[in-house]
This record gives sequence, C-alpha cells and structure tokens, in this order.
Amino acid sequence: MQALVIAAHGSHLNPDASDPTYAHADTIRETGAFDEVREAFWKEEPHFRDVIRTLESDEVFVVPLFISEGYFTEQVIPRELRLEQWDPNKWASDGTSASQATLEAGDVGKTIHYCGPVGTHDAMTDVIVQRAETATEDPDVGEGFGLAVVGHGTERNENSAKAIEYHTERIRERDRFDEVKALFMDEEPEVDDVTEYFESQDVVVVPLFIADGYHTQEDIPEDMGLTEDYRRGWDVPAAVDGHRIWYTGAVGTEGLMADVLLERAADAGAGIGEAREAVRELAGSPAKAVAESTSRTGTGD
Amino acid sequence: MTVASDDHEILVDCASSGIAFDGLRVDETDETYSLETPENEWTGLEKDELEQALESCEEYVTNWRYWQKTVGGEGTSRREFLRWCERAPLDDANTKTPRDGALDDGNTGERAVEEPLAVPERYDALRDGIDRQWGQLSITTRFLDVDESNGARVYDLWHVADANSDLVDLEVHDDPRDAREIATYDEDGRYRPLKTAPSLASGWAFTGLSGDELVETVGFFYPATVANWHRELSGNLDVDHWLETAERQTGIYDVVDELPREAVAWLAEACCDDSQCLRRREWEYDEDDDLGVDGGDGQFPCREPCSLVIAAARRWAILESETERTYQLELTTSELNQLEELIDAVAEGRTDEIREADVTDGANRYRARYLRAKRFDEDGTLDATQVDD
Ligand code: SF4
Repeated sequence: MQALVIAAHGSHLNPDASDPTYAHADTIRETGAFDEVREAFWKEEPHFRDVIRTLESDEVFVVPLFISEGYFTEQVIPRELRLEQWDPNKWASDGTSASQATLEAGDVGKTIHYCGPVGTHDAMTDVIVQRAETATEDPDVGEGFGLAVVGHGTERNENSAKAIEYHTERIRERDRFDEVKALFMDEEPEVDDVTEYFESQDVVVVPLFIADGYHTQEDIPEDMGLTEDYRRGWDVPAAVDGHRIWYTGAVGTEGLMADVLLERAADAGAGIGEAREAVRELAGSPAKAVAESTSRTGTGD
Repeated sequence: MTVASDDHEILVDCASSGIAFDGLRVDETDETYSLETPENEWTGLEKDELEQALESCEEYVTNWRYWQKTVGGEGTSRREFLRWCERAPLDDANTKTPRDGALDDGNTGERAVEEPLAVPERYDALRDGIDRQWGQLSITTRFLDVDESNGARVYDLWHVADANSDLVDLEVHDDPRDAREIATYDEDGRYRPLKTAPSLASGWAFTGLSGDELVETVGFFYPATVANWHRELSGNLDVDHWLETAERQTGIYDVVDELPREAVAWLAEACCDDSQCLRRREWEYDEDDDLGVDGGDGQFPCREPCSLVIAAARRWAILESETERTYQLELTTSELNQLEELIDAVAEGRTDEIREADVTDGANRYRARYLRAKRFDEDGTLDATQVDD
C-alpha cells in the first residue's frame, strides 16, 4: 500500500487557505493512484505531527505544497513528521533542485519519501503557463503578450526568489511570450511598477503563491493599480497605464497543480500508473478554471 | 434466513489454518473438523457435516466474514474503531490504560458501564442499530439488510443534537469529503480552526456509509482522533508534554518555551477545557510535572499542545514578559463588579445571549457602553494612573 500526504500551511484565520490543498487531493483521489491520500497542515488538522499515524500504508510519499525550499520544507515539516535522520543535505539542492530523501518517521516505523516542494519542480513551469491560459481564456496565449511571474521576494527566504527566477527563465526559453519577467513584492523589480517592465500591451500576471489570501487578493491587485479597493474586485483584463493586465490570483489554485504533486511522488518512486494522464484530463480545461477563478475575484474575498 | 454458501466455502478454506474469532472456533485435524461456539460444540465432522453444522451458527459465520473479509485490517485503528462502534470486544482492550481506570470512577457517565456484546446480543442490537457517541457525532451501526442479513453492516452519522430529528429535515450526504465543508464553519458561519471545538454545526446526516467511509468521514470531522484513541487503547500513546513541544519550536514560535509554568496552567485552563475542546488533554508541563488543571473528559486524547495553543502561547509569552505595574483608577464597587462580569461574559462566549433590555447584567451592551462613556477619556482609554515607577 502506498499513501500520498500533501503537506500545506493552512491558516487559523482564513478558511480558504486550505482550499487548493483539498482540491488537488481530491483530484488525485479520483485517479486511484494511491491507496490513501491525506491532507496535512501546519495550522490546521490533521497537523503534520499526527498525519502519518492516520495511514495504513507502509510507503508514504510526502509532498510539500509550498513554493520554495526553505524554512518550512527544510526545518518545520521534517521535524514535525519526526524524520529524525533528516538533513537538508540529503536533498543536495542548490535552492531549486530538491528531489527526495527516503527516511523513517520516528513514531510509526514507516518508510517516508520526503519530496521537494511543488514550487521548484520543472512541471510547475507548465502550471504557470496554464495559469496564463486560464487568465486569458486563450489556450494559445503568447504572441503579443508579456508574462510576469510574481513572488514574495527575499525578505523571508532567499530561495523564494530563486524559484521565481528559475521558472521565469524556463518560460523565456520556450519563446512563447514576447516578454517574461520575474517581479517581487518586497524587492526590485517590484510588482507595483509592472507596466514599466513591459513593452507588450497585454501582460498576464501570475503570482507564484499556493493559496489565495491577503497577498494575492488584496496587496498585489492594489499595488498594481488594478483596483483602489480590493473589496470592490477588479476587471480581467484591467486597464493600467495603457496596458491590459490579466490577473486572476494564486497559481496554486490551478488544477494542474495536482499533476506536479503526482510527479513529485513519481520521481520519488511512487507507482502512479496512468494517473498523470487522468489528472491532465481533469485539470486541462482552461475555460472551466477561469470560470472558477473569476467568480472568486468577483466577490473580492 | 440462510447463509450464502460462498461464506461456508471461504470459511472451510480458512479452517485448515484454524479459525478463532468472536466466539467461533473451527479447526481441522486429519481431514475432520471441529466447530465450537459459546452455545455448541461439534467434533469429528466430515466436510459436508461441517457445512451443515455451520448452518446452525450462521450469525457467527457472517460475523466472521464481515470482520475478517470485508473489514480486515487486523491491528489497525480503523478496525478497532468499527468494533467499538458496535460494542464488539476490542483486540487491544486487554491492556489496561489510565483511561480505563478513569472509566471506572463513574465520572464519565454511561460509557463507563458499557460492556462489550457477544455475537448473538450484537446481532439482536444491530437489527435496530447500535448508537455510539464520538465527540459531537452520533454513529449508528446497523445491518445493511435487516430481513436478509448477510452480516454486512452500514453506518449512519449525524450531530448528537439531531439524534431525534427526522431524516427529511436534515441535509443528507454520502460522500465523506462533504464532512470537510460541514466541519469548517460553526452555526453562525464562523471559521472553526480547531476541529475538536464543541461548535460543530448540526442539520446534516451521512447515511449508509461503509466502514471505510465512516472512518474517513470521522477523520474529516475530527482528524487523527481515531488513531490516537487507538494508540491510547493499546497502551502506546506517545505524549509530548509542554516543555518538549515548546522547546522544539523555531522561528517566530521560538519564544513559547519562555512562558512561565504558571502561565502554561492558565493556558490549559483557558483553551483545553471541555467547553472549548473535546480532546482530553493528556500533556502536562513536563513528564513528572503535573499542571494541576483538569484535562477534561473527552473520549479522544490530546497528545501534545495543538497549533492553535502554540500560536496563543506565543502571544502570551510576549505579554507575560511585561512587568506588572500598579495603577490607580476611580470605580464604584458596582463598576468593579461589572468589569468582572464583562470579562466572564466574553470568556464564556455569553455576550450574544444577554438580552438588550437586561440591564441587570453587567455585560449588557448598554451597561458596557455607559461604563465606557463614563470612565474612558477622549482617546478611548481607561482613565487610570500608574502609581509606581
Ligand atoms: S492542546 Fe488543548 S485545545 Fe489544543 S487540541 Fe489539545 S486539548 Fe484541545
């Protein structure tokens, strides 16, 4: 038997923070690739401390639903899961190349494959691109468009910027968009001045965040000038300084994230059969995802 | 009522390695069989005689089939929980746990006196349904088909407050995942970050769940409670006491281990009381250092301070580092009493219940506004003077 644990942050204050975790877990449940699929959280229940003991499987794949390698993936999650032999060197990562480490959890005697976070997996690049497609409702979006990948910045974690730049570079190499830029909330180049960094009239802005919340639904739209007051919502696209900004919030809510979770587990040795195809099928409709994300934006919550 | 013949076949197949389950014994020696139930005993049976004899104890056979073939999972918390649901003897209950001790003292009400049921009693009861309470959940185990029972059980689940409601008045679900949404908000639509807070909304029902689905649903309502309950039952609940947990914290939570011991006791009294959380606090300040505060009577143990308590502890660690001062402020005796009533009303979550016109209650809104108008200055602060330096 094999189990997948999706380890996410969650929130004591905002019930929506865990929505993407549940949504992706459900998508993977539908595929039947794992005997057990379990959500686990830092701020909600089941907590990281308790999650492994709720499983019957002996092989457990833990994938952090986090954007970057850093404090949570390298310290908090392994510590709380009681992965006593854990050492960040086991990932031998430069900040964006974590793969997996096989360990035993101290309280249960099960094999734990502790995977790198979704945010730094190569498949994440596709999710960012799919986000641009869902934002514009155009599966061929690219020509005449600029793409801004937005991250928090270096204030809290230097690897967070690395993850943003990594995917930005990979998308740039694909030559699909006229321009691709990495922008940040807390460091230069700043998302506030988004229009200054693009010549293209149309710019898709994709924030590399797991869940919608304060940053993606309040800070960023106001900073970019999409709206005076986030509570009133904003148009997609919205006119700013002669540009059209296509913005629909956190990339982590994109359906294809389930595929990245699966790939992380498969890279660590999980048998997932045809599950990736099934997930791509389930998550592949840009129009459907747009309908969901615009209704969320519309209510301004 | 006849037992499906494949039950017999499967059972005879298994008999060579011996069956001993819930009072049923079947053994094979030199191609003859012996069969035993608490009521009867047969020896030296040929195979066809065994099959005949099995017909007279089909409750034991279908029971064996349900547990060993449908439920399976020997030693798992899932199985033990399902057995608890129908008051079957528990595999792990032989180990005396502190909880069992507590059960005998009569403080915990009905649960203390419930003896496990043997197969015939259980089968009788399963026709009407066996009810169990798990936190605010009421669980009924019953036969899938009462008239033609082949031993298959199904499970219904609702809020204890809805135990007497008609199903038509409840929102009926059959997907365990629906429990996540129900568990997210209380009756007033507020977010419940602590799943074991006694504020589960009512008005819903899950019906006809399989055993696996029931355990999954309970897991969405009260995550990890079944696993930790089972660990406690088998005598291997691993409790992380306050100090251990606090010292493990890093980042912004690094400060929580600075919370004075006395404050940890106040914290436990504030957060881990039955009125706030259905888990029974098993952690203390340290292994040999009892907090001296009641941990509550909940069914499922709390094995370490939860993330909500750690987050609150961080705030208290910061607040408790302040120095005490002496202030002087003018109040009438009634106003001092009123402050006490106000704090108490907020702490007990009673403010919503105070009627608008009930000005005898110190926490009445008009009374509170009056006190504010009278005693606060223009900046909205209490007019108090610090008298030490
Ligand atoms: S620490 Fe206290 S409030 Fe938190 S789950 Fe345990 S008993 Fe409940």
